[in-house]
This record gives sequence, structure tokens and C-alpha cells, in this order.
Amino acid sequence: MSGRPTILSGGRVIDPDAGFDGIADVVIDRQGRIKEVGPNLAAQADGKWTVIDCTGKWVLPGLVDIHVHFREPGHEYKETIETGSRSAVAGGFTTVACMANTNPVNDTGAVTRFMVDRSMQAGLCRVLPIAALSKGLQGEKLAEISDMIDEGAVAISDDGMPVMDAHLMRRGLEYSKIFGVPVSVHEEDSCLSHNGCMNEGPTATRLGLPGIPNAAEDVMVARDIELAALTGGHVHIAHISTAGAVRMVREGQARGVKVTAEATPHHFVLTDEAVGDYDTDAKMAPPLRSAEDRDAVKQGLIDGTICAIATDHAPHPAQDKDVEFELAANGIVGLETAWGLTMAEVEAGSWSLMDAVRLLTSGPSECFGLETGTLRAGRMADITVIDPGGRTNVVRERLWSKSGNTPFAGWDLPTRVDRTIFAGRTVYVWDGERGRVGTDAARRRR
Amino acid sequence: MSAATDEHFRRKDLLGLRFLSAGEITHILDVAEQFRELNLRTIKKVPTLRGKSVVHLFLEPSTRTRTSFDIAAKRMSADTFSISGSASSTTKGETLLDTAKNLAAMHPDIIVVRHKRAGGALMLANELPDTCILNAGDGRCEHPTQGLLDMLTIRRSLGGFTGRVVTIIGDITHSRVARSNIWGLLKVGATVRVCGPPTLIPMGLEEAGVEVHHQLEDAVRGADVLMALRIQQERIPRGGHFFPTLREYSRLYGLNRDKLRRWARKDVVIMHPGPVNRGVELEPEVIDGDWSVILDQVENGVAVRMACMYLVLGGERAARQEGRG
Amino acid sequence: MAERVILDGEGTQRTLRRMASQIVESMDDGRLALVGVRRGGVPLAEKMADLIAETTGTRPDVGAIDITLYRDDLYTGLEKPSFGATQLPFALDGASIVLVDDVLFTGRTVLAALGVLRDYGRPRWVKLAVLVDRGWRELPVQADFVGKTAATDRQDRVLVEPDASDGRGRVTVVAGG
Repeated sequence: MSGRPTILSGGRVIDPDAGFDGIADVVIDRQGRIKEVGPNLAAQADGKWTVIDCTGKWVLPGLVDIHVHFREPGHEYKETIETGSRSAVAGGFTTVACMANTNPVNDTGAVTRFMVDRSMQAGLCRVLPIAALSKGLQGEKLAEISDMIDEGAVAISDDGMPVMDAHLMRRGLEYSKIFGVPVSVHEEDSCLSHNGCMNEGPTATRLGLPGIPNAAEDVMVARDIELAALTGGHVHIAHISTAGAVRMVREGQARGVKVTAEATPHHFVLTDEAVGDYDTDAKMAPPLRSAEDRDAVKQGLIDGTICAIATDHAPHPAQDKDVEFELAANGIVGLETAWGLTMAEVEAGSWSLMDAVRLLTSGPSECFGLETGTLRAGRMADITVIDPGGRTNVVRERLWSKSGNTPFAGWDLPTRVDRTIFAGRTVYVWDGERGRVGTDAARRRR
Repeated sequence: MSAATDEHFRRKDLLGLRFLSAGEITHILDVAEQFRELNLRTIKKVPTLRGKSVVHLFLEPSTRTRTSFDIAAKRMSADTFSISGSASSTTKGETLLDTAKNLAAMHPDIIVVRHKRAGGALMLANELPDTCILNAGDGRCEHPTQGLLDMLTIRRSLGGFTGRVVTIIGDITHSRVARSNIWGLLKVGATVRVCGPPTLIPMGLEEAGVEVHHQLEDAVRGADVLMALRIQQERIPRGGHFFPTLREYSRLYGLNRDKLRRWARKDVVIMHPGPVNRGVELEPEVIDGDWSVILDQVENGVAVRMACMYLVLGGERAARQEGRG
Repeated sequence: MAERVILDGEGTQRTLRRMASQIVESMDDGRLALVGVRRGGVPLAEKMADLIAETTGTRPDVGAIDITLYRDDLYTGLEKPSFGATQLPFALDGASIVLVDDVLFTGRTVLAALGVLRDYGRPRWVKLAVLVDRGWRELPVQADFVGKTAATDRQDRVLVEPDASDGRGRVTVVAGG
């Protein structure tokens, strides 16, 4: 598909992959690939070019989220691949990796292909499927991973469910080495988490709610680090939430074990006190933890133990959330608040702007071996333009996701996504009110 | 009495003792004390709540608490209606919110609600701003009228709370009665101890100022009140592994005459929210003995519930400025 | 705050004496009982019972009723809750009751008091004696025996001092607003 050559001129380009932070122009060729990044490139533009003036704005590689749940096939009332893609680009994301706990589960090449096709129909961002580890997420038998990888799956995960059978996890890690992809793990010993619905601690005691102790995550992290050491496979800890888990990942990395981790924004911003008076928008798995755990997660992001921020975007509409806390569905949406929350920490001095960008671009991309998250010449032009002077006001009714389950409603976050470019085409632009999402035709996959 | 503090209970709902101040709790106890007398008259009826409707929404089975609330309401001339768990539409898949909205459309004045899940009463209160909600127990979170009637019983037996030691024995983790008592007693300045197997003591109590014991003798010595909780088979999830058998639990934590004689104060007061598992938490001679005020608790229960209904409906109406007469 | 005294201690005593003799005059052969409405009516009922005893040689039965739970306005703003104490230590059925209160105002207290009496039995008749009638009736209630009539504004307060040990109590009208 051939478009017009495009130049983004005069913006502050921040590319962690290249270690670059400075005023520069970005040239995109007619195939939607990055041709060149450098100063004073505007001279080559003629009348046939599209010129996007980025003066005063930041130009980043398109953001990458390696953990989302788009509920298609099966639970389209919560979110579809299309509505999820809208939410993604409105949040500045051009690539997302989508978990397999759909209905039917993504445990066959056919479902993987369906998800890829839907993503191309939406044509808004790159939706990379993640293959289930076990058939039906039952945790009993390996799924046909090879088929799914062929159809485009980029990682393996039973996320949503923990893999309770250590032997299955061992074999899964070994098997993953054929394809060189990580196994992303939802760490929760379901015997310990029992019927718990929030972090076990004084808040749970006061609210009379059954709790999930830190140990439910820690014992599984310990187990899977040892299994990664044994097998040489790459284990990736999804949505890490406890101080103990962060510590063990740090120690495992020091030992040379192939273990990586991601953290969600809600786990570095909130604590279990956010549950307040049974607010189900503060209910997710793993749960919000103590202040010590939140600070340890932040520290892990700062010192590189945790290589990526990933939202675990989990849409649930009111009917699944407006019920008794113990019965409410787990999860919150996150694509449209991730950048703002990460920037709020930059403002608070937790980490630098370069770190913030890295954790949402090159960090997750390298972790999963993707070619995204960079402005390297020859790569697809996935670019996010940020207006540093704007603010992001989180309004539940204005979210692009089909569901509005967020604990950040009413929050005012620094900076704003000004424009999202996917494969050289603008798919989202801020228009002063709510933004506009483009609906162009299909794109290439990578 | 209430002269010590200016604060009165003026809320429209009673959802939990953790929300109330010491002054509010004392006010309710003082009013309940007055209502006790009503229950001793020959004609146990006053027209105070005439024309008011009270709905008992019991989504978890209960005979005693519901009957106690019902007697309280009827003695004040209210009309009462009962909706119980098996008959309610929640078993037909209707959500709590829909049940609430349906009820609201019938304009009840008070809903007394018992729910299996924590937060149930709060949910109703938020959803129905024009109805008074009395929490009759929400999951393991709170059972405020039970806490209040226990506190009234303690106050009447001991004369006050300051400097007194109250020990709660049993399954604290799953107990809303324990929680309401703990929050209420801490607020009014009593010393609170809990005693039970470590498997049944939840996190965070020590930080809240409660003494935690696992040896019964330590918890009993010096205590003015021993409150035994029922081992609730129905509330303990399958495969809980909290203790091996009732027999062993009773050996370690049950109260009998011998243990009381050896460890307890001579004037110790024994309480239990009922119904008692005879032989498990309390031996028969303790239930029926002189230490026990269990029946006083029941008597005080009606008075406390009358006071609560009276106060939530009255709020601060018409009030002080109105002249006499 | 403007105040005027409408009955000083001596005046109160004279008034009570007059009312007591009026009650005695109006009696037929029935069994008289004075029932004070808490709280202000109770000491007055006791005092008048003493005065009647001086005159007739027989002290009538005295009782006290609390109307808090019988009010029509669900009043719960109690400084020091104390309402359960209705004491009627005599047979109500067939008795000739004189309800005694200190101030008659809207009439609602009397309505509530009649409700209490009805729950306890069936008197032969009920009459009303008040030390001060301040007007502003909201119900068709009249006192049979009135100590003093006073013109007041709606928001004024009428304060009746409790009986001192020498039997004197002042009645003061305090301007409201």
C-alpha cells in the first residue's frame, strides 16, 4: 500500500533504542517505513509530501503494550479487537500483545488467525496474539503452540489462569525454546489465594473481605525462576505486584536466569487502600498491595529489574462490576491512562523521561523480541506524538474502550497524546475535545 | 452517659460500628437503655413508628436476628414485611442492585438487610438514599446491632468500659460479630483481646490495638468478659484446614467450669452471640451457670434494635428548637 | 435577650392553691388522680396533690407519664435520653384523671398524653390543668383549669423554674428570635 512520504518536523525526538533525545525530523517513506531521523531533513520535502509540524511536541516510537485482553472471540460485549484498538491508539499505543483467554481460547491456529484478521480489518494498530500454553487454559495438556506461532503469536501464556502443575510449566518452558519466545506467567498459587478477592492485610480485615497473601505470588515466582534456571527457557513474570517477587527476579537475573518482568501502572500508583468502600474498580488480579510492595515495584522499574510497563487492560462493563465486591470481575482498563500515569511519575521524580519512554517502547519490545518500539530506519513507522503542555483528563464516559472500569476516573494527568501514527498513517489525532480515531484500510502486519 | 460528649447518632443508616464515634455509640446505648423498660411493661407497645414500614431483607438465613428486629419494630407499631433468602429473587439471578431498586419503588422506611457478602448493606445505602438501612450482617464484615447489644450487656454488667478487659474467643477471621465488637469496644476505651488458633486470626488486629493470644489461659486471666464465638461450619470454606476437628478445637479453646475456676476472675462475665454449639465453645454448665449473661444479651437485643430504628428514622427532625407542648 | 417574669414565686404558689381548690370544687364522687406530664408537670402534680390533701384531708393518687414515644413527630434529639418512665401506680380504669402540665402550647403534648392513658386503661373522665396557657394551639385542645394566660410570640420560650425547697417557682417568658 503506497501512501505519501511524510515528515514530522521540529519535534523533540526521544528514541531509547538509539539513545537519542534531541530536536530532529523524522521522514517516513511511501511504504510507511521510517526512512531517516535527523536534524534539518525538511529540505527534501516537496509539495507531494505530508508535513506534520511537531514543534514543541515530543516524537516517540509508537508505544507498545505486551499485556492486554481484547475479548474477541466470545465476550464482545466487554470489548472487541476493534474497540480495543481504538482504545490503544487513543492511548498512544501502536502495538499490543493480546492474551489468549478468549472464548474459545486462543489455543489453535484458527483462533490466532481470526484475531490477526480482525486486527487487520480494524487497521488501527498492531494486535499480536499470545498463544495459550495449555489447551483451554485448563493447565493439563500443551496446546498446539507451533500452529499459533505460525499464524503470528509472539509469546505463550495461560494468563488469567495460573499454571498450577509445575511439571507442565517445566515442559512448557522447554518447549518454548523451539520458537525462542517467552512464556508469560500469571503468578498466583490458587490454593493460597483460595477465595480471596483483595490483598490480605489490615484493609481486608476491616472490610471483612477474604484476602490473597503476598505469598500466593511469591511462591510461584520462586518456583518458575527455578524452572527457568533448570530449562534455560525464558520466563516473563506478568503484572508483578509484590516486593518479594521483585527481589527474587532481581536475584534470578543476577544469577543469569532468563527471567524478565512487567508491571502495570496501577501497581506502581495505587495500594490496597484504593478499595475504599468496596470500589470494584480497584479489584483485579493480582490485587493492589501494600505501600511497601508498590514502592518495590517502582524501584524495580527504576533499576531495570522490571523491563516493561504493561497495562493488563481488562475491560468489564457495569453488569460485571456493579455487584458485591466478592462477586465482581477482576480487572481494569488501562490503555488510555498508562502514558499519563507513567508521566506523572516523571513529574514526581521517580524516573526520567527517557526511562518512561523506554519502559513503554524498547523495553517491552526487546523483552518479547519484537521489531517495534524504535525509530530505526527501515522499521514500520509507528510513532506517538505527545503534547507536553496538554493534560489528560480521565473521563469515564469519554474512554474509547467499550468498558469504563477504571479507578482513575476524574484524574488529571500530565501531557496528552497528540497523534498516533501506525505504519505511516495517522490513526488518532487530538482535536481539542475527545480526539478522532481513523478507520483506514488494512495494514501490513509488521 | 451521653453528657460526657456532645455527639449524638444522627445518621440515616447503621452500617457498621467502624464508622461511629465513641459519642455516637454511647448515645445509642443510652437510648437502648431506655427502651429496655418498655419491654418489661404489661403493654409492650408504643405508637412511635406507627405508619412506618420496615422490610426485613434476609438474603442469608436467620431466625433469631430477624425475630428480634421484628419484635422491635412491631412493639413500636411499625408494619413489617419479610423477604428471605430462598424466596428472594437473587436466587433467580436478579442482582442485589435490582432487588434494591424494586424494593425502593415500594417506599419502605427502613430496610433491615442481612447479606452473605461484605459491603451488601453499604451498597443498598448508596443506592437508596431515601431509605434507612440497618445492617443485620454483611458477610464477615460487621453486625452492628449485635455489637451494640453486646456492649450494652457489658456496660450493664460492669458499669462501664474504661479499664475493662474483654476477650473474644474463637473464629475471628470469619466473624462479623467479632469485628463489630472489636471496633466498638476499642472506640469506647476498653482493652480488647482475641484468642484463637493462628489460622483463624486475621491480619491487622495488633496494629489496630488488639492483643492477640493463642493460649486460652493467657487470654482468660484478668479478663472481665469472655465472649465465645460460634464455630460457624457454614461460613468456613471447604478445605480450609483451620483446625483438625471440633474436638481438638474444644480442648484448646472451649470454656468449661474447670478452666474458669482455675484461670478466670471470680466475677467474670460469659457471653455468646448464639446459637451455642453446646460442648464446643461452651460446656453446658457454663452456658447455664451464674457467669453467663447470654439471655441478657437476647433481652438487650430487642431494646438495641428498637433504639436503632427509632434513631435512624428520627435523625434530627423537628428537634430541639420546638417548644414543649 | 428580653425576659419578663409573669409569675414570681409567691404568684405561683397562689395560683397553684387556687387551681387546687377549683379541682376540688369540680369533683363529683369519683376517684381523683393527678397525672403529671414529664417533666414539668410532675412536680406541679405532686404540689397540687399536697394542697388538695391540706384542704380535703385525703391526698389523691399521683402518677407520671412520659410522652416521648407517643409524639407525632418522631423526635429523637434528646440531650439526655430518658423516656420509659411512665408510672401509674393506681387503677386507671374508672378513675377521674386530671392531667397536669406546666405549659400548654400547641396541644400536641396533650394529644400524646391522652394516647398514653388510652394504652393503660379507660378512665371515667380526663380533664386538663396547666399552670400557663401561652396560646398558639394547633389542635382543638383546651385546659379545664388554667393558672395564668400569657400572650407570647411563637418563637418565645416559657421557662418554669423547678420548685425550690421552699415551694416557690418563677415563670419567665424569654423572647425568641
